[in-house]
Amino acid sequence: MNSSVIVFPGSNCDRDIAVALKKFKFKNKMIWHNDANLPKTDLVVLPGGFSYGDYLRTGCIASKSKIIEDVIKHANKGGLVLGICNGFQILIETGLLPGTLLRNKKLKFISKNIFLKVLNVNNSFCLSYKKKNIITLPIAHNEGNYFVNDRLLKEIEDKNLVAFKYCDEKGNIDEDSNPNGSLNNIAGILSHKKNILGLMPHPERLIDPALSGQDGSLLFQSLLSSN
Amino acid sequence: MKITNEIINRHGINQDEYKKIVNLIGKKPNLLELGIFSAMWNEHCSYKSSKKYLKTLPTKNKIVIQGPGENAGIIDIGDNDALVFKIESHNHPSYIEPYQGAATGVGGILRDVFTMGARPIAILNSIHFGNSKHPKTKNLLNGVVSGIGGYGNCMGVPTVGGEVKFDSTYNENILVNAMAVGLVKKNKIFYSKAQGLNKPVIYVGSKTGRDGIHGASMASAEFNEDTDEKKPTVQVGDPFTEKLLLEACLELMKDDSIISIQDMGAAGLTSSSVEMASKGNLGIEINLNKIPCREKRMSPYEMMLSESQERMLLILNSGKENDAKKIFNKWNLDFSIIGKTTDTKNLVLKFDNKEVANLPLSSLSTQVPIYDRAWKKKLVPKKLNYSKSFKTHKIIDSLSKILNTPNNSEKNWVWEQYDSTVMGDTMQKPGGNAAVVRIHGKNKAVALTVDSSAHYCLAHPTTGGKQVVCETWRNLISVGSKPMAITNCLNFGNPEKDIIMGQFVECVDGISQACKYLDFPVVSGNVSFYNETQKNAISPTPTIGGVGLITDINNMITKDFKRIDSCIYVVGKTFGHLYQSEFFREVMGIKGGPPPEINLFNERNNGLTIQNIISQKLVNSVHDISSGGILVALTEMCINSNIGAKIKIPKDSMHENEYLFGEDQSRYLIEVSELNKNKVCQILEKESIYYELIGKTQESFLDLSKDFSISIKDLKKLKSSWFNNYFNEH
Amino acid sequence: MKISVTVTLKKDVLDPQGKVVSQTLKNMGYDNISAVRQGKFFEIDIEESDKKKVKNLAEEFCKKLLSNTVIEEYTINID
Repeated sequence: MNSSVIVFPGSNCDRDIAVALKKFKFKNKMIWHNDANLPKTDLVVLPGGFSYGDYLRTGCIASKSKIIEDVIKHANKGGLVLGICNGFQILIETGLLPGTLLRNKKLKFISKNIFLKVLNVNNSFCLSYKKKNIITLPIAHNEGNYFVNDRLLKEIEDKNLVAFKYCDEKGNIDEDSNPNGSLNNIAGILSHKKNILGLMPHPERLIDPALSGQDGSLLFQSLLSSN
Repeated sequence: MKITNEIINRHGINQDEYKKIVNLIGKKPNLLELGIFSAMWNEHCSYKSSKKYLKTLPTKNKIVIQGPGENAGIIDIGDNDALVFKIESHNHPSYIEPYQGAATGVGGILRDVFTMGARPIAILNSIHFGNSKHPKTKNLLNGVVSGIGGYGNCMGVPTVGGEVKFDSTYNENILVNAMAVGLVKKNKIFYSKAQGLNKPVIYVGSKTGRDGIHGASMASAEFNEDTDEKKPTVQVGDPFTEKLLLEACLELMKDDSIISIQDMGAAGLTSSSVEMASKGNLGIEINLNKIPCREKRMSPYEMMLSESQERMLLILNSGKENDAKKIFNKWNLDFSIIGKTTDTKNLVLKFDNKEVANLPLSSLSTQVPIYDRAWKKKLVPKKLNYSKSFKTHKIIDSLSKILNTPNNSEKNWVWEQYDSTVMGDTMQKPGGNAAVVRIHGKNKAVALTVDSSAHYCLAHPTTGGKQVVCETWRNLISVGSKPMAITNCLNFGNPEKDIIMGQFVECVDGISQACKYLDFPVVSGNVSFYNETQKNAISPTPTIGGVGLITDINNMITKDFKRIDSCIYVVGKTFGHLYQSEFFREVMGIKGGPPPEINLFNERNNGLTIQNIISQKLVNSVHDISSGGILVALTEMCINSNIGAKIKIPKDSMHENEYLFGEDQSRYLIEVSELNKNKVCQILEKESIYYELIGKTQESFLDLSKDFSISIKDLKKLKSSWFNNYFNEH
Repeated sequence: MKISVTVTLKKDVLDPQGKVVSQTLKNMGYDNISAVRQGKFFEIDIEESDKKKVKNLAEEFCKKLLSNTVIEEYTINID
């Protein structure tokens, strides 16, 4: 499977995602934000980090990059797009996913492992979570508070486009298990055609048993088995 | 402009020094030249009060590639890999503007590491605040922690460890010491020594503004009522630009274009140009019209003394300028050829076609006076007879009191604001004995820690100096690493006072003794003097950043109990030393008395034996015993694991409070399975190490006696409430 | 009475956000941009009708909370 990781000035999880993709035998290329065209690719990844320092609005300036036009074309053709953390923020700024990511409710950066419930396993990113749908992944962000208007929220929920929600270790989705104030504990959402996933947690950081866990691996395995 | 005595004084140069300067350069310096001397002759850049004693520290052994004297220290970790690291202070600016002061502190130390060719892989920090009830503390704490997070997170370097301490001694003088660690290939290290004549001198990074002019002088002056006047000199950090600078530099470093490189930190362009040229025994000529400026009509004085962040100075091989420029342009950074190396051994500055400064480099570097300041020895405080009332304190009450203090409470509130797992190699996050970061793509890892013991050092500086090195060493051993080397940040008051100078001399002596004995050299560091306000000096606070090597990541060990029904041993003898302990200070309000003694022989013997036992995989968990004694250490082993213990205090001549809370040194708690206990005891006996079995692990409860039985859940609550209550967050 | 307060970084202080916004606008084709400074805007409703009192209050808000006087300055607009 081919993948392309877009590198923006200030991206800093690009190496981490490249390591993960390599581990799962993707044929990966790193693409500079200023390139005009994407190579032939199955999966486009927008990595985490602080593109453009998060200045003005997180993800905003990156969403105006030259390469984004091609990313949008790829998405519209049904190609797979994965946006992690800052990548999710960029997807929102491009309009490929709805809503907005606001400052965390407690106004502080949060870096910790959290529990997630996988709500939609019928998509290329989450197939392998069928057998394990309460997982642990790390979050590390300042603006992860998902917000969208009531009408769109209803649509997202009704159409089962919420991929992940924050929960406790038993899978209960409640205020206590919500680290950043996200509406309905939303941690990750899919596009209508389910070919685009944006999520705040970092699956690429939990692919190694030596580093306390492998729940991230299942996302990459899903992508491979969906191919 | 006429240089009056007042102007000389405001530049932090006394009359004696001024006379020396005139003698050295054979003329009276003009204002620009005076400004340059002010920067290079102040304490922060010249180490004039400390150099004599820093020379006594051990700085070499077979694993040291680079000792003090460069941007950072470097050690060999095998396999053509080397680790670059350093700790530095940013105390005075952080007190004035906590967010930016802390942020630019992190920025500065990261540059010191990547300027040597190393990609930064970890950040740690040691931050000290005043009493939590002091009106400024909350704001400073908030600002500093946000600033460290704001800069480090944006740079994508994990902040993996640190310490946060509170004491009234820092009420008006907080400490922010930032440490950075980077990885480099041994054959790809870059140094700052200029080489070759007529080589292009290049400025890269952000434009120069009026930030921080005389910041280095500020660090060398005490705060007083007029401190407000110094306010506008705080620099604003731009971590985004620094991330671009990091990538651009590492890209250029892939080939051999760079002869030498140094970041512009304290005293900006002045210190980097002077240091690079004088190390290479060359001269340097700079055309100030070529300096990229952010503001209009900047004067040569402002350009030379600006401490604008995120800038580097490079000396390139001739002919490499255009390719280098392409790289920096790609990353949207300024690139300007500002001068060249010469053979005059002078610093020559030109502006608008006129020569505006001409100084022999030696007068700014090797000939800076080194002072031999008067100092006073501190006698070991007497052991005053403490009243027997210490026996009346119930264990549970004492433990609760200790855990509910900012110094002993868990610090999640702080480190959950730092991204500790970016770069995907963090094996132990903040909260353990030491942070552990895997070397990318390899089977080995480095253990990192930062420690200080200010109240021990205040009580008896020599002992305190020894102790803090030993504690660092112990922490590194406790995670399964071999301690390799240290970096130190020496935070003290005004060295012109004999008591303070005495604290410095004796702490350094203690550090030196411990480092020599343990073969634990000092490879880098920084001295921060003048941490005083209105004549109140801080307690002497040497901060030690330690690095250890774990050659096989499978040998890493953590402190949480692993299984029930394991045996728990205390390794090392307990004498029940309560002076300067948390029990005395927090529970009984007794601040006097001597710190616990250090027996270096036992320290090494115990440590190496624990190392041996860990490497043979004979223990389940290890925790060194430090602040709060055995009981606090036990608590920490329970809380992290949810496994409790049933403890029987050994029959001895001391009271249970002395046994449980005494802070005797060189001790460890180990959890050993029934299967391995005989072998472990055999090894300890062979090395003549005192040890005792104090109990076994069990489910859910920590039981000490009929009066003390507490659930792990409740213990956790005790240890985790302080910060949330302080900030009213639940 | 309604007042508005604009808080910006002091003139000589580095504005990393303004710098990046300016560069991005140029990259988007707006060649005639020379500089951008980014700040904060506050709109405050005060239950007080005396203009002088309102101005004094606003000064206090700015000095005590809205502006970090170490690196920022403010302008107050009273309708």
